[in-house]
Amino acid sequence: MSVLTIEDLQVSVETEQGTKQILRGVDLTVGEGETHAIMGPNGSGKSTLAYAIAGHPKYHVEGGSVKLDGVEMLDKTVDERARAGLFLAMQYPVEIPGVSVSNFLRTAKTAIDGEAPAIRGWIKDLDASMKALRMDKSFRERNVNEGFSGGEKKRNEILQLELLKPKFAVLDETDSGLDVDALKIVSEGVNRAKENTGLGILLITHYNRILRYVKPDFVHVFVAGRVAEQGGPELAVRLENEGYDRFLAGAIVE
Amino acid sequence: MAPDSTATAEVVASTATAFVPVQTRSERPSSTSVEDFEAVTGREFEWKFIPLDKIKHLIDGELDGSPVAFTYSESTGTAVEWVDRTHASVGSAGIPEDRASANAWSSVEKVLHVTVSGEESAELVIRRDRFGTEPRAAHLVIEATANAHGTVILEHYGEANLTENVEIVLGDGAQLTVVTVQEWDDTALHLSSHFARVGRDATLRHVIVSLGGDVVRVNPAIHLVEQNASTDAFGLYFADAGQYFEQRPYIDHVAANTRSRVNYKGALQGQGAHTVWVGDVLIGPHADGTDSYEQNRNLVLSEGPRADSIPNLEIETGNIVGAGHASSTGRFDDEQLFYLQSRGISEEEARRLVVRGFLAEIIQQIGSPALEARLSESIEAELLRAQAAGVR
Ligand SMILES: Nc1ncnc2c1ncn2[C@@H]1O[C@H](COP(=O)(O)OP(=O)(O)OP(=O)(O)O)[C@@H](O)[C@H]1O
Ligand SMILES: [Mg+2]
Repeated sequence: MSVLTIEDLQVSVETEQGTKQILRGVDLTVGEGETHAIMGPNGSGKSTLAYAIAGHPKYHVEGGSVKLDGVEMLDKTVDERARAGLFLAMQYPVEIPGVSVSNFLRTAKTAIDGEAPAIRGWIKDLDASMKALRMDKSFRERNVNEGFSGGEKKRNEILQLELLKPKFAVLDETDSGLDVDALKIVSEGVNRAKENTGLGILLITHYNRILRYVKPDFVHVFVAGRVAEQGGPELAVRLENEGYDRFLAGAIVE
Repeated sequence: MAPDSTATAEVVASTATAFVPVQTRSERPSSTSVEDFEAVTGREFEWKFIPLDKIKHLIDGELDGSPVAFTYSESTGTAVEWVDRTHASVGSAGIPEDRASANAWSSVEKVLHVTVSGEESAELVIRRDRFGTEPRAAHLVIEATANAHGTVILEHYGEANLTENVEIVLGDGAQLTVVTVQEWDDTALHLSSHFARVGRDATLRHVIVSLGGDVVRVNPAIHLVEQNASTDAFGLYFADAGQYFEQRPYIDHVAANTRSRVNYKGALQGQGAHTVWVGDVLIGPHADGTDSYEQNRNLVLSEGPRADSIPNLEIETGNIVGAGHASSTGRFDDEQLFYLQSRGISEEEARRLVVRGFLAEIIQQIGSPALEARLSESIEAELLRAQAAGVR
């Protein structure tokens, strides 16, 4: 059984005003096949958590650990973490001019697996995943994320999730900007990945609606750089009704 | 990368405001005789970037102007022959605007004349790889007759110590692509002045690719002299440690309703890699309805290179469709690298993907699949070589 263990994670960024502490001791354990929703107010550090797990160079780890099956990820480079089985679906996917989706996906798949995928099986998988995500075939020849609409970018993230088959994925507001149908389509993609590979998920969201499709086992409330409360799916419903007021009162404010 | 729209793009180049040419482009002196040009000091705008000590002998010294052997692919609708320097076509696209060009002009004994006359798109490849190390002069005339279609590719390999003129003449309605590829040995010196005259309703696609050589300068002056003449001028260069590549496209809108698009992209890596792009666009007093745009983008891959990028636009009529320019020089976009790496792709491979992607926009414009594939491989080899040498 795979497990992702985050302990006392502390992260800062450099700003023009100096070093700014953002994560103030995050503890989270995600087991294989589990879905953990993370909800919290804007600026509370959710994306910072996602980027820190993936290893974005802008975020400096001040302390703590992120272990995948007992192996420290924080010592590893970004690509090593991905090859170890971590995946981040980004809140704002980046455009890569001149690099086609199909070339990018094949390069990534080859890197993750350590060998090039067999051509025929690969094309079949790619076609099937794109079809399931209602992505037109023409996207294969387009440059990565270039000119994609917000929703198309999110589908492209989930396409990668399905094809690269990580052990754990952080989905950073994958539901934002999706229309009702797209939300369902994307959620189905996430659920397929769960079923097929026992994917464990950290699902960052502001809305309960995606949680109707991707059922969380746990809900964590993120406030001022740490987990302020944990509960089951009912907590998400309560947050949507009540907001974050009762957590913010006690939060550390600089 | 998107250097002008991201915070990570760091400008390391001079900008348009840093240098002002001493005169407008139209007033620059031109002559076929060396004596009509002042002695070169290195302070002149045309000569201020180039490592002058390496090429001074091509400006002032004696040159061997005898014909040098070359190879070419037979192709229907094209003809290649040596002609006398007094041939009627010589001087029909333009005459020298600098001393090295004039030195070549007056030193050549024979002119290589290429005719493209077929209306089925012909592709002619001329491989020039036997110049050797002696200082030499050369002169080419590429003529596309009225309504002809074709592509002429000049490929340069081996050693060179060469100053030359290349004239390109497009009859009315001709559609001609001229590609010049410099994949010289590391010691090669090459100064090339291109002059193009584009006739009525004709379109010239002009492509410069500089990947190899010590000092390589290709300056195309494209004159849109008749109504509806049009040009797409592309450039791609990749300078390694110690290499100097210069290109100064000049688009001269003479007639009304002429159109030009200039797009040059360069990558630089390693100590002392230096590239210069000066883009002149002149919209003359009779060039009403001109539509023009020029841009140059440079991607700096390591510490140590220098990229100069200077757009210069002169407009002498108010009645135009459009005239714009853009210039940028930036480093790798960290967000792009992060995105690729977060998908398991190693940093080195991610860098190669980004550079390839950056240059692909130009390669895809060449219009010769075989050449496109070969250039992609050459660029790949450049990247691998540099990474093996530990350049980051
Ligand atoms: N480079 C930076 N410079 C200054 N502040 C930064 C930087 N990066 C992040 N921050 C700050 O860190 C805090 C946490 O940001 P983060 O993006 O993690 O929030 P979030 O919880 O994902 O918010 P949202 O719900 O709006 O996506 C914010 O206050 C943000 O402004
Ligand atoms: Mg966020």
